[in-house]
Amino acid sequence: MSGNGSNDYIIICENVNKWYGDFHALKDVSLRVKRGEVVVICGPSGSGKSTFIRTINRLEEHQEGRIIVDGIEMTNDIRNIDAIRREVGMVFQQFNLFPHLTVMQNITLAPIWVRKKTRKESEAKALELLERVGIKEQAHKYPGQLSGGQQQRVAIARALAMEPRIMLFDEPTSALDPEMVKEVLDVMKTLARSGMTMLCVTHEMGFAREVADRIVFMDQGQIVEEGTPDQFFSNPRNERTRLFLSQIL
Amino acid sequence: MATEVSRPSSRRAPRQQIGLIEWLRKNLFSTWYNVIITLVLLYVIFQAVTSFVSWMITAPGWPAAFTNIKLLLTWTYPVEHLWRPQAVTGLVFLLLGLSSGVWGGIVRMVTFGAAAISAGLGVVAFTFPDLPGQTSLPGWLFLFLCAGLLIGSDQLALRLRDRIRWPLIIAWLLSYPAAIVILRGGFGLPVVETKLWGGLMLTLLLAISGIVLSFPLGVLLALGRRSTLPVIRMFCVLYIELIRGVPLVTVLFMGALLLPLFLPGGESIDALVRAIVAITLFSAAYLAENVRGGLQSIPKGQIEAARALGLNVFQTTLLITLPQALRAVVPVLVGQFIALFKDTSLVVIIGLVDLLGAAQNIVGQPQWLGTPGGVWRETFLVIAAIYWVFSFTMSRISKRIEDQIARSRH
Repeated sequence: MSGNGSNDYIIICENVNKWYGDFHALKDVSLRVKRGEVVVICGPSGSGKSTFIRTINRLEEHQEGRIIVDGIEMTNDIRNIDAIRREVGMVFQQFNLFPHLTVMQNITLAPIWVRKKTRKESEAKALELLERVGIKEQAHKYPGQLSGGQQQRVAIARALAMEPRIMLFDEPTSALDPEMVKEVLDVMKTLARSGMTMLCVTHEMGFAREVADRIVFMDQGQIVEEGTPDQFFSNPRNERTRLFLSQIL
Repeated sequence: MATEVSRPSSRRAPRQQIGLIEWLRKNLFSTWYNVIITLVLLYVIFQAVTSFVSWMITAPGWPAAFTNIKLLLTWTYPVEHLWRPQAVTGLVFLLLGLSSGVWGGIVRMVTFGAAAISAGLGVVAFTFPDLPGQTSLPGWLFLFLCAGLLIGSDQLALRLRDRIRWPLIIAWLLSYPAAIVILRGGFGLPVVETKLWGGLMLTLLLAISGIVLSFPLGVLLALGRRSTLPVIRMFCVLYIELIRGVPLVTVLFMGALLLPLFLPGGESIDALVRAIVAITLFSAAYLAENVRGGLQSIPKGQIEAARALGLNVFQTTLLITLPQALRAVVPVLVGQFIALFKDTSLVVIIGLVDLLGAAQNIVGQPQWLGTPGGVWRETFLVIAAIYWVFSFTMSRISKRIEDQIARSRH
């Protein structure tokens, strides 16, 4: 670990605080993520992990602290927010595909309207991405005609079509039938190995053990513990972490 | 250890169909009191139908509607200029036929329906060639030409397809001002003042203007009511609640009587324009509430996904929320358009003579005074049939759009 200039870090969060009314949802959350790093965030429900990754592309507004994404500081300026959103892809628990558009249209929409690419170029790229996630033949179907696992893979392809530098995953497998979890995790693993910076909120501890560079454990709006998968699973220091691991492993 | 369970192969579902006799016995004659109810109702229906049919055949008042067909269709529009409404009809049918060839589906259904009705009426007009109000172009010939135009342009467009898609959309947008110019005159054509317009022509003009103009206004109001800017939101809420709080008749009166007092030179605003403005403003408020209902049914995740992809607020609304919201409320919107179409008959009270107004005038003509029972039953049945044809068409279009949306869902 040489050079600790902030250029090494693609995401820097410093003392991020957020309240919902009187409820203190995030308490002094600080996290630095390096380029190409895969960070898994876990913790009990209501611990603020989804809220936290949603502050990184401003789906949730934080009230105190700094967030700097790829050198752009998150301010209230809508241009900054849009600039960050172009660099950050997001995959949701409920897929959130656009039901009135075909798979192809779902994927090409943002490249055409935001990146101002041509339709031809965007469609070629979309087919390439669909091939990568293994559902090229479904390009002209509507999301409602696909299984949950296929829909989530389309959602990943849709986010990747914007060529983001960072991918955020908010419980991507929690809404899936058990048999479909693997097909989505396989796509995520390939992506992690390709050098993409990833922040994943997930309960899939197998995935965390296999591909995460670092695991962050959150409880009651705070980061309680963080470490490599080895440290985290074999030697958790915090009492709360041990309790959590004993319940899900 | 798990044991393997025997696996039955898939079978056909058991037959549910039953014969007619069995169905009758099961549903209409199952018990002694059901038998009595069925027989009594059958007798009532039989009586009603036979007496209605025999009245239809013997009713003396039918000539009132048919000899005054010109008044019902165009009211006092000068006979020597009747080629103009005919030209507008031709223009609309040409565009309709071309659209049918390009887009097919619902448009083709409407086109072939219109062609069938034109041809059918053409046969009737040919059988009774001495109907009054004939132009230099005989009515039957015009109707046959209309049917031919619809089918012909459909066939033509089938070959051109993609090449005329955009020109056709632009032509539709231009057709409205073009129709107004043809009907009213100007640009070298002698002017036919709008106070001479009336009948079905006026009804359609009011309804189409109301629908076409109130739609964008209603959508804007719906979006405004959900705006984060307090001034815009307050204005939209105020407008919508104000208009929804008063009946259409009131709005029409305000347009006709109050508007001229407020606006500079208001006296000179055409009565027809005032009616269109009133209908549009009224309809837009209701439309806004329906569209807002659709907007509220869109899950928050849709907007989050769009924003996360970098689409701005405007793009998110235009590409994601609005298309989904409008699809969700198609049946409601068409229902509202049908209501608007029939509500145009209220313009009678501000002195315009639409289809209903024309019928009222015909019924009062002195030559029918001697007809026993008067001619209003027959005449009003005829215009009810005309209203029904248009309303039913809209309702079928709505059904087809719903089916298409449902098919893309699974």
